[in-house]
Order: sequence, then C-alpha cells, then structure tokens
Amino acid sequence: MTAVCEPWNETRGAEIIAEHADQEGATLVILHALQEAFGYIPEAAIPMVAQALNLSRAEVHGVFTFYHDFRHKPAGRHVLKLCRAEACQAAGGDALAAHAEAKLGVSLGNTTPDDRVTLEPIYCLGLCATAPSAMLDGRLIGRLDQKRLDALVAEAQR
Amino acid sequence: MSMRLFVARDAGALAVGADEVALALEQNAAKRGIQIEIIRTGSRGMYWLEPLVEVATPQGRIAFGPVAEADVPSLLDALANNTPHLLRLGATEEIPWLKRQTRLTFARCGVIDPRSLDDYRAHGGYKGLERALSLGPDAILNEVTASGLRGRGGAGFPTGIKWKTVAHAKADRKFIVCNADEGDSGTFADRMIMEGDPFLVIEGMTIAGLTVGATKGYIYIRSEYPHAVEAMKAAIEAARRGGYLGDKIGGSTYSFDLEVRVGAGAYVCGEETSLLESLEGRRGIVRAKPPLPAHHGLFGKPTVINNVLSFAAVPFILAEGAKAYADFGMGRSRGTMPIQLAGNIRHGGLFETAFGVTLGELVDDIGGGTFTGRPVRAVQVGGPLGAYFPRALFDTPFDYEAFAARDGLIGHGGIVVFDDSVDMRRQARFAMEFCAIESCGKCTPCRIGSTRGVETIEKIINGERVHENLALVEDLCNTMKFGSLCALGGFTPYPVLSALKHFREDFVPAPTTLQAAE
Repeated sequence: MTAVCEPWNETRGAEIIAEHADQEGATLVILHALQEAFGYIPEAAIPMVAQALNLSRAEVHGVFTFYHDFRHKPAGRHVLKLCRAEACQAAGGDALAAHAEAKLGVSLGNTTPDDRVTLEPIYCLGLCATAPSAMLDGRLIGRLDQKRLDALVAEAQR
Repeated sequence: MSMRLFVARDAGALAVGADEVALALEQNAAKRGIQIEIIRTGSRGMYWLEPLVEVATPQGRIAFGPVAEADVPSLLDALANNTPHLLRLGATEEIPWLKRQTRLTFARCGVIDPRSLDDYRAHGGYKGLERALSLGPDAILNEVTASGLRGRGGAGFPTGIKWKTVAHAKADRKFIVCNADEGDSGTFADRMIMEGDPFLVIEGMTIAGLTVGATKGYIYIRSEYPHAVEAMKAAIEAARRGGYLGDKIGGSTYSFDLEVRVGAGAYVCGEETSLLESLEGRRGIVRAKPPLPAHHGLFGKPTVINNVLSFAAVPFILAEGAKAYADFGMGRSRGTMPIQLAGNIRHGGLFETAFGVTLGELVDDIGGGTFTGRPVRAVQVGGPLGAYFPRALFDTPFDYEAFAARDGLIGHGGIVVFDDSVDMRRQARFAMEFCAIESCGKCTPCRIGSTRGVETIEKIINGERVHENLALVEDLCNTMKFGSLCALGGFTPYPVLSALKHFREDFVPAPTTLQAAE
C-alpha cells in the first residue's frame, strides 16, 4: 500500500499552512503537513510558508534543505528504505544494500526510471536487535535476508 | 470463559510479524469457536523470541515464542487442551534472561496495554506524581538529586542539578523538553518505552513541570519512529481525558500540558541545542554553550531538556524514594541502566540492570555471542560516536567513569556486536562518513574534518603512505575532539581512534618478506 498524494494546489496549500501557522515554531510542522498532502514540498510553497510565518524565503528554504526527510520532488510509487547504520552493518546490511541496488538498477537515494520504486538509506529504525532492517512504505521488516529482500523488491516493483 | 492472550504491538515485534500472528490467532480461534481476547502490549524486550505470545493463567502469564503464523493452529490446540507445545517457554517472569534483570524503568513494559490509562494506574502508575504533589518542588528536587540520577541521553549530567537550575531561574515561561530523537544505531530503549509505557514518560515530564514551574512540555520524536509518535499522541489524549494533563492536574493547583513534535531525519538534532533550534522551527544548527538551556533554552526561556529514559526514571524515584533507586549501581553511576544489545547478537534486546555489570557478561553471557555463531571481534558501545572495544577490554564494568577511563563512553546504552568478519578500516571510515553526512555545518573541525577524515582513511585502505596517513588521521581526530562545538564532531574520534588503537592490524598490513627479497 502506498499513500496517495494530491497534486499541488495553491489554495489547498494555503489551507494547510493556515491550519498550523499559529503554533509556536511551526516551520517543521507545516513542511511535514505539506509533504504528507502532496508527497513533496513544491518550490511554490516556500514563499507562502515564509509569508505566513513572517520569515524570509531564505530562512524557510534553509529549513527545507537542512532536513533529510523533506523531498524536492515526489518519490516513486513505493519507497524502500534500507537501514545503513552500524547495527545493520554488523548483521550483513552492506551486502543487502548492494543487492537491492543491483536488483533495482539504481543506487541508494534514487528512483527507478519507471518511477515505481525509490530506494533510500535510513540511519536506524530502532530495530537493532533484529537487524538488518528495512521499511517498505511505512511497513517494518526485521531480520532481512536476501530472500526477504527479493520479495520486498518484487512487491515494490508490482 | 474467554482466554486472555498478549501479543506485542512494539515496532520490533511488528517487524518480525506480530500483527500477522495476532490476526491468525483471532481468525483461527473464531473458526474453532474458542473465545479469546488479545491485548496488544509493548515488548518484553526479548527480541529473538518475538513474536512472543503470552497467555494469562491463574499462576501468571505463560510465554510461547517465537511464534510464526504457521504455529498458530497448534498453539491454539495446546492452549485449549492444556497440552505441551514446542514453543512453550514457561512462566514469562521466570525466563532467566528476564529474571536476571532489575526492571525499575521497564517494569510495566510488555505487561500493560499502553493505550489504557486504567491499566497504567492498576500497575502502580501515577504513584510518583501523587507523592510529588504531596511533597512540593523543593522536596522533589532533593529526591531527584539524592537518587543520583544522571542524564541517560549520554552526557550523564546530574538531573537534580539541571532541574534545580531551572527551578531557580526567574522567567514568565519555562519549558520541559523531552529528547526522543534516539538516533544512535544500536539503541531502541526510548522507542520501546514510548510504545510500551508512554504514560511513564508523561508522568516523568509532569513531575519535572511542577518541580520547576513549567506549564508546557514538548516531546521531540524522530520521524523514523512513527509507531512511537502514534503511541505518545494517544497516551497524551488519554491523560488529558483522565485529568492528568491540562489544568489542575490530578486535582492539584498545577497545570501542565504536552505536545508531540516530529523531527525530520537529522541525527544532529539529538544534540540538545540543535533540538531546541529545530523545535523553534529552524535548521538544527548547534548553539554555543553557555548560555545553557537551563537559563536560555526553548524560545529563550529556562528549559529542562532531558532524554526519554531520564524522565522515565523519575516516577520510580518519587514513588519509592531516592534511596530505593540509589541503592543500585556503582561509584557515581547510581540506579539502573536500560542496556540495549544489538547488531550481530544471538539474544538481542533490552536488558535493564544496575550499573557495574561487565561488558563481557553483557555480550557473551547475556547476549549469547553472535547471531552468526562466529567469534565476537569488536563491540561498539554508545552509538555512532562510541568507541569500539576489543575482547581484551571485556572486563570493563558498565559505568560512566569506567568507560571514560578506557577512552570510551556508555552513551545511551547501546551495544552493537560485530563478528570476526568485520573490517575495522571500513568502520572507521563509516564513522567519518556519518559525521560528514550529519554535520550541521556550524563548526569547521566537524564540517571539514569529517570529509578530510573520509578521504584520508580511504587512502589508508588503498595502501597509500599508510603510516603517514595514520598519523594524519590521529592528528585530525585530536583537532575534531577538542575543536568541535558539540559531541558530533567531538566524539566521532572515539570510534576512529579506538579502531586504530585496538585493531591496528586491520590498518597496517602485516610485515611481509619483501625487504628480504631484495
């Protein structure tokens, strides 16, 4: 299952921004809400956020680009995240990441040309006692091995 | 009579199929006309036994695990007819791995329904707050100080002193901030307690609020923990409905409310000043200290910022008294530490015990060695900024000072085990790489040093002027250690230097007979 996102719409964007703008320190809250709705943060939303929060465009752009989570363009239909941190490295995570890259034909951090799958590194899902771990569209998978990974890749490519 | 079963909803259990097992139990029981009630709990922390299924009996809970979907029909047969089953582990509380622990903070985790305020109260919840309300701020400060509790996030700063500083600060507003940005690989205790006993965190923060005179608190949870976010939000709602958050908490004159904020994938935001910047809606750039957050914290106001486990330790201290907590531990490390055994390990999970247990006991005895069955070669203690320890240092007791004396740190209590296939050059390079990816960019030693570190270790791996480059890495680490603004740049040298020191053979090729062949 993958989240269905709305196409960017200025009126809808303004509504989302207005909904959260009253909170103290609202920038991240708003960016999260925009990404949840549209699947990414459209460039056009940046000046709107800035105006609503009485910040400069540069400040909002700075926040947007600082955090790994915020997307500059929509992800593929499915997002497969592989944990690349030490506990998963200790349990064979490096080989699995290489295997996933080879299977999908893209390196970590990229989307397949058919826009079906985005393959991303993640630094720790907190499942370190059942490493290596992965996340497919919000679903957690522990004790990952090549067989399970192949099944996940096949599922994501469908 | 309906049979009461317990299956964890903890993310670690879900990752190995707990939802599928719970569903299969429901469907199979319905098919056979067996009445069951499934209570979704947190995890007991024995992850190699997840999905763990427990059944309530007059003699206490009996555990079965690890249960796969395919085991469900035979498991239900055994439960309905009271016959033996291959996966039966006996009484949960008697499982040696659990029985050896001292669970003060994690006493309820895996036992209660984390969404039920009633269940929390039925298991001793909110006794700490009740006593705190009867004591008043000054006496609470004395209790927390006397307990010897030190910040469980890694720095180990005395919690009582931090609270006292904020309590004595004069301001129109003060804040309580819970650091739930548990980014260290090999750690998951914050996640477990938020998912398994979220009211405990709320109770700890509430006590902090009334002690220092703060009426608003924030829990900053990393975005990689969606299940913890959901659990905390649900618990906050329930606590509000029950009169434990909002105006006049627990019928007192105090007011306190909480809000969950979600991070956005920046490791550095686990550093307290960077976290405060992020909460204020800015880039997570580290602040120079002083001023301390206790004087000049969130929105410039006096702020108590503590780790999840620090707040979670407080209700016990108030309910049972400082001495009951301080009686555990060694030296200046008082009480218990929830230790997390992770990586390539046979019996991985959450092991809460008094300070003083040795690294060897934890890894070999309790952890059971590696999952792959190969010899343990290295363990990294304290996350990506922690040192790699060889077997020769396995006599080190788990204690802030003992680890510091051996150029390491216990950090947030995570232990990642590696077998003999590990290449320590790659681990050293990764430490620098990770620092380069996650550096906030404010100070030069961290921002530039980490990238130069990656390049130099790369040269060593390629065999270029190995000895000169090793000297250069050591010198660079020295600059980063003493010249960085926060622990990211300042502690990245720990994994690098420990790898160089204890696993030198991986970096320097063994002397060959080449010279003799001339």
